[in-house]
This record gives sequence, structure tokens and C-alpha cells, in this order.
Amino acid sequence: MGSLSSERARLAGAGARATVAASLGGQPRRDVWLNAIFASLLLLAVMVALAALAALLIQAFVKGAPALSPDLFTNVPSTLNPDKAGFRPAILGSLQLIAGVILFVVPVGIGAAIYLEEYADSSRWWNRVVEVNIQNLAAVPSIIYGILGLAFIVRGPLDLGFILVSGSLTLALLVLPLVIIASREAIRAVPSSIREGSLALGATKWQTIRTQVLPASIPGIATGVILAVSRALGEAAPLLLVGATVFVTFDPTPFSEDGFSAMPVQIFQYFQRPQDEFQTLAAAGVIVMLVVLLAMNSFAIWLRNRYEQTW
Amino acid sequence: MIEQMERPAIAVRPEEFRQADSGDREKVFELKGVGVDYGDAAAVKDISMDIRRNDVTALIGPSGCGKSTLLRCLNRMNDLIPAANVHGELLYHGEDLYGPGVDPVQVRKLIGMVFQKPNPFPKSIYDNVAFGPRVLGRTESLDVTVEKALRGAALWDEVKDRLSDNAFGLSGGQQQRLCIARCIAVEPDTILMDEPCSALDPISTGKIEDLMIELKEEFSIVIVTHNMQQAARVSDRTAFLMVELDADEDNRWGRLVEYDETEKIFTNPADRRTEDYVSGKVG
Repeated sequence: MGSLSSERARLAGAGARATVAASLGGQPRRDVWLNAIFASLLLLAVMVALAALAALLIQAFVKGAPALSPDLFTNVPSTLNPDKAGFRPAILGSLQLIAGVILFVVPVGIGAAIYLEEYADSSRWWNRVVEVNIQNLAAVPSIIYGILGLAFIVRGPLDLGFILVSGSLTLALLVLPLVIIASREAIRAVPSSIREGSLALGATKWQTIRTQVLPASIPGIATGVILAVSRALGEAAPLLLVGATVFVTFDPTPFSEDGFSAMPVQIFQYFQRPQDEFQTLAAAGVIVMLVVLLAMNSFAIWLRNRYEQTW
Repeated sequence: MIEQMERPAIAVRPEEFRQADSGDREKVFELKGVGVDYGDAAAVKDISMDIRRNDVTALIGPSGCGKSTLLRCLNRMNDLIPAANVHGELLYHGEDLYGPGVDPVQVRKLIGMVFQKPNPFPKSIYDNVAFGPRVLGRTESLDVTVEKALRGAALWDEVKDRLSDNAFGLSGGQQQRLCIARCIAVEPDTILMDEPCSALDPISTGKIEDLMIELKEEFSIVIVTHNMQQAARVSDRTAFLMVELDADEDNRWGRLVEYDETEKIFTNPADRRTEDYVSGKVG
């Protein structure tokens, strides 16, 4: 009897193995094909995006390479003499614009994010309205911000005139929603157990935010700020409306009424000129901007990966 | 509601013998008809009990009976939930904890809390323990305070050589003892523990239970636990809460069924429901 039952067990085992083997190997050919087609379509979508970037880079480098030299950074623009024209005032203008954007956007953006995440009661309808509208603001075209800057900052209530600070404030308003949204996400990522742990030790709400929530969310906030600033750096349209003039042949200062320039505006103007030399110059400017922007974005990504807290 | 039993004339455990005056000892908390609502729904109703100094008081009961809610009333952590509303009378050393002039931040300095899941701050071990004293402005001889707290939480020997390491590198049990150290560094009077061992393995649990027995020399401890053996091992008095339903079973809330010496709750409870629960027949 013992040998009989073990024989049965062996047969049953063999049968089960055969069934499993059959069911494991039997994916229909049609499924295999569909999978392959779908995967290649997705790959194609990626390729379109990458190809556009590659075309831009290659075109800019091929065209702009001859003009790449230190003179590009030190020479002032010229309408007559493309060989000696450069970007110096535009680069200095962009740097000052960006400094102004950061000065404005960091405190205001983080402050708004802290209020919305830590203080606002999201069950109140007005707080939800604020939330939705911040999302909407992030989608408003930049030219609209240019008009806003012209009406409210250059003229109107603030009446600052066509000065560099007006440009800074306009760009700051443009990227403020991005900073608020990124900062809110970073703040929200701090688990509530950390807040509770801090409050349970007798820390006040503000102490908890300042010593626990903010330090833990700084990497996320910094990433958002860098991405926002790189967006501001590349904007030309709103600056044209608030007084970025093209042929500034002197170093711009924040409050001077003499005019200021910025990299994207200068590139745009060089491209409009018919002479080939200016085209080359513009392409060289594109290279400079691309390198700066890619470096900033890479730094933001590195920062996020390196310092973001995993809970 | 069960009347509190007179304590037996003969002490059955050494620590009970030592604490034979337990009945007369100072009351840390006096709850008189305390209830908590979340919005319109009651979470616990009509809790009356006294919690005594240097006792470990355990709150046991099935899920949803409001043990944690009740615990969070005791240091006003429920204030963080906008919809929560505490009513009834809750006295702390004779003072109304929910009185008009009482600041919840001050309350939490005196009544610390350890949570279910270890929640160390993403900082160094030292900074975790020093956090409380720092926010309270007690930065003098901080090193001494930190060492004392870590020794108090039986963690000093394990971490003394790596105080500047990130607290996330500690094991779960060490993290929870760090949270206890962090709590005692602000020198509270009472420590509330919300299922402090539920995320830990048995060895870490044992260490924390030993720690509780040491800590009650200095602090009063209230612990919520799902683990009845744990309540039996560490606590002096045990409160058993149970879920109650209204007639159409739409609403449920917690009620205090029995509160007495732990020994009595586990060996000779006065209420049938307590007996069923502690003997594992229900829950």
C-alpha cells in the first residue's frame, strides 16, 4: 500500500508540473505583437521629444560655434560691427534680473506655501478658491504678466518706470505660482508625525514649522526655486513690455532709467537682423543660455536626488 | 459604570506592597464625564476615572473604542484636529486642562507623548534629544541633559559613540527609545504612550516595557495598548473601554466599562464584558 500511494503521488506531481509548464509558456502570439507595437509607439513619443532637443542643440552649436569666444561675454552690442558685438550688458542684465526675482520670490513664495499648507483650513471655500487660482496663475501666458507689469509696476500704482527692478518684479510674479506649488509639495511631504512629535514636546506651531518642517522641505523648495528661476531667465516677452531695450551699450544698474537688456531679448534682436554675422552671434547666445539653463536644471535634479528626505 | 473597587487588604505583588498607599496617592488626572466628539459623531462618551501619580495606567479595549482619542485629550493633542471637541471636566493636578486660560503648548511641556510609530526627527541623535530643551530655551548644560535623557531611556550605551549620526540609522526599537529620551529630556510630569510597541519586535518591546517600569519612579505613565499581556505586565491600573452602538447601529463610540487594579481586571473583573475581553472570548 505504501508503494502504491507513493506511485500515485509521483504521477499526480508529474501531472501538475506538466499543467504548470503548459500554462506558463502559452502567451498568445497576438498579445506578443500588441505588446511590441505598443512599446514601440511609446518609444517613438520619447524620441520625438529628444529629437527636438537634439536638433536645437546641434543647430545652435553648428551655427554659433564660430562666435564662441570670451569676447562674447565682454563686448557690448553693436548694430554696425557684428564682429565686435557681444552680450555683456545682456548678461549683466539677466544676472541682476534673476537676483531680483530670487529676492522677491523666495520669501513670498515660501511664505504663501507655509500659509496654505500649515495655516489655511482647506475646508473653507475661500481657501480652496485661492488654491485653484494659484494653479491657474501658473498657466497664464507670460505676455499677460508683461501687460500686468506695464500697467501696475512700470506705470500705475507702483509707477517705478522702465527700470530693471520693474522687469525683476514682473518676472517674479510670473514664476511665483511655480515656487508656491513646488514649496507646498515639499512641505506636504513632511509627514504629520514629525509635526506631532514636535508639538508634543511643547514646541509652538511656529517653532515646529521653523525647526522641523522647513529644514526638512528645503531641498524640495530649492529645487522648485531653481526651476522657477530658470524659467524666468528664459523669458523675453514680458521684459519687452516693461522696457528691456535692445541696444544697451553700457552696464545696466537696477534703478537706472537708461534702459536694461536681458539675454533672451538680446538674442531675439540679433536674430531679427539680416546679416549672417548677427545670426551667428545670436546662435552663440543661444548656446550660452542653453548651457546655463541645462546646468541649472541639472543642479536642481541633483539637489533633489541628493538631499530629498525619504520618510 | 462600575464603581472603583477598594484595593485588597493583602498585597499580591512586591511593587503593590511598596505602593500600598496607591489609593491615597496624588491624582494626576481626574476625568469627570469626559467625552470627545469629532464633528457630530461622538468618539468617546462619559469617561470618569482618576489617574494616579507614579502609576502606569493602561487603556485597553478593541479597535475603535476611543483609547487613543482619550489619550490625546490628556495633553490636548486633539486640539490639532479642528473638528474635535472635548467636553466634560478634565482636571490635571486639580486644574481644568481645558480651562479658558490654559495654553495647549504649556500643557504639552508638562505632559509628553510617545507615538505608535517611532517618529524621530530627520536630525542627529543628539539634536533629536536636544530639540525639546532647545525650543523651551533650556540650553544650559545641554550635553548633560541629553546624556541624562538617553541614560533614562536605556539608550546611552548604544549611541554614546555616534551621537552625531542621523537618527534614521537606528533600529525601530532604538528609535522608539530615542523618542522616549526626547520626551523625558523636557522633564515632563507625565508621559502618554500611544501603543508604543505595536511597530516593534518582541525583544525591543521587552526593553521598552522594562523601561516603563523604571520610568514610573519618576513619571506618571498612561499607555494605550492592544496587547493585553503588555497591560498585565507593566501597568498598575487598567481601564477597559468598549465600543457601544446606538439602537440602529449607525453610530459607535467608546465607553469605559471597568477601571481598577490591573491584577483585579485580569483575574477577577467585576464586569462580564471585561472578563470576556481579557480572556480572549471577544475583541
